[in-house]
Amino acid sequence: MFELLGIPPQVLMGQLLLGLINGSFYAVLSLGLAVIFGMLNIINFSHGAQYMMGAFVAWMLLEYLGIGYWWALLLAPLVVGATGIVLEKLMLSRLYRLDHLYGLLLTFGIALIIQGLFRNYYGISGLPYQIPDALSGGQNLGFMFLPNYRGWVIVASVIVCFSTWFVIEKTPLGSYLRAATENPTLVGAFGINVPRMITLTYAFGVALAGFAGVLAAPIYSVNPNMGADLIIVVFAVVVIGGMGSIMGAIVTGFGLGIVEGLTRVFYPAGSAVVIFVIMAIVLMIKPEGLFGRSA
Amino acid sequence: MSTMDPATSPAARPEPSVGMPTHQKAIFVVLLILLVALPWFVYPVFAMKVMCFALFASAFNLLLGFGGLLSFGHAAYFGMASYVAAHAAKVWGLTPELAVLAGTAAAALLGLAIGSLAIRRQGIYFAMVTLAFAQMVYFFALQAEFTGGEDGIQSVPRNDLFGLIPLESNMALYFFVLVVTFGGILFIHRIIHSPFGQVLKAIRENEPRAVSLGYRVNRYKLMVFTLSATLAGLAGAVKSQVFQLASLTDVHWTMSGEVVLMTLLGGMGTVFGPMLGAAIIVTMQNYFATLGAWVTVIQGVIFVAGVLLFREGIVGLIARWTKKPL
Repeated sequence: MFELLGIPPQVLMGQLLLGLINGSFYAVLSLGLAVIFGMLNIINFSHGAQYMMGAFVAWMLLEYLGIGYWWALLLAPLVVGATGIVLEKLMLSRLYRLDHLYGLLLTFGIALIIQGLFRNYYGISGLPYQIPDALSGGQNLGFMFLPNYRGWVIVASVIVCFSTWFVIEKTPLGSYLRAATENPTLVGAFGINVPRMITLTYAFGVALAGFAGVLAAPIYSVNPNMGADLIIVVFAVVVIGGMGSIMGAIVTGFGLGIVEGLTRVFYPAGSAVVIFVIMAIVLMIKPEGLFGRSA
Repeated sequence: MSTMDPATSPAARPEPSVGMPTHQKAIFVVLLILLVALPWFVYPVFAMKVMCFALFASAFNLLLGFGGLLSFGHAAYFGMASYVAAHAAKVWGLTPELAVLAGTAAAALLGLAIGSLAIRRQGIYFAMVTLAFAQMVYFFALQAEFTGGEDGIQSVPRNDLFGLIPLESNMALYFFVLVVTFGGILFIHRIIHSPFGQVLKAIRENEPRAVSLGYRVNRYKLMVFTLSATLAGLAGAVKSQVFQLASLTDVHWTMSGEVVLMTLLGGMGTVFGPMLGAAIIVTMQNYFATLGAWVTVIQGVIFVAGVLLFREGIVGLIARWTKKPL
């Protein structure tokens, strides 16, 4: 087998895989943020809390109702999306005429409430969630061992990301969405119910977060703080990529995950901050973000 | 950037002249008299904590309320200054005033570095960038040698002020803290009412117009960002001397959120709002400490209620009723 700079290939591949998994979560979460930002012009600070909710709903479905992983993968995003509809109708919709910063503050408050409530009832020690039987075990690829579940996480995220991209960029529904992003009044004049579209967009964005949460449940332990620190990294990802393009969010998410994994191989102490360092560099060279339109 | 809704920030109303209005001066005098008497009625350490956070929130408000820039990472300056001041007092054996100065200088440098990058983006992105950099500082504090990681820097000695005056007793320390924090807050209000402060307001209200009038907007933004970070650092440095401790709590993003909450609750863009907000939040944390995670929930509810129902904050509402900028 080949060796690179004295690093055994198993280690390199293992960290690359780990990076790709993190990248999957970055991609799905930053995609959700970008979709919401495009339509509502707010940054959804509660995205991390909604990701955590997705994992918890999956855990509750199994614990209280005996509903397994595959149904959870469908039901948990629906539940999280439904709470998103309520949030948008009751609160966010009152803020569209105000400065965008109020949306950030409001969703930050919502994140505190959700995280606080879950911490109250479930503590901060994680709850275990089993890998479904169909995905336990792994494949020996010769140069490394690939656990089936981790492979599945990557595949599932890629599918979800590209379906979202396809719907938004290539279908009539997506064209309405993009048009409403540009000029909501004009699109409303064509008889399209723009407020409902906004509500559903928000619900879809947070459902993506919930979906990522279910994917994460068997890998990371399910705990109320799981989304809190992650979302800050995702913010950095979003700043690097710029929120102008859907594909930009996806590519940046996966790419930065891989970069983070590589850093863990070559300079472990830097892996926690490498994304922030890249953000600083991007701000110096191309402040509007790699895929951003100049603001 | 499109800034805070003018209708919600009372200070946005045109003021007749540069300089602090008389009624504000009167309030400051009354406040000072009350604060001098306070330690005989309230536990001094609690009072000192309130004063540190009042300065922290006022420094944050300088940036948000008057510069129109929402930083979601002010814990970085507060916490880093607290670490440096604690380290200076404990390891280098510096006197309190020098330790506080060292901490404040560290915050100033950090503010200058982060600020010069953050002002390249505006609005929502600015908030995200400052938050991300603050998280980077948090990871630094977690891993660096001198911060003591999870333990923080504990049992920081209270050295003699100027090497002469012992500050061991809470009473003696109280008056040191009073002078520093009150001085800091007065300095902030000197900035607000200066020509520099007026230019800041102009930038907040209409940035393109300020540019067209020939102001170098980015320089003003960087300057106010650095000033705000420096004063936040002053608050953090003093706090480390009061509690004889610097810990990860001070650099965590929850601290950044708390200072936003204090300012929002009291009234952003008002002179006295952040101080009142700080007093309320610190008191709440003090008395509700046994409730555990409910404190987080209550803070979240205040955030949501503040944004939906009273964006002017408490002092902002009072200012509207009395028709006087407060």
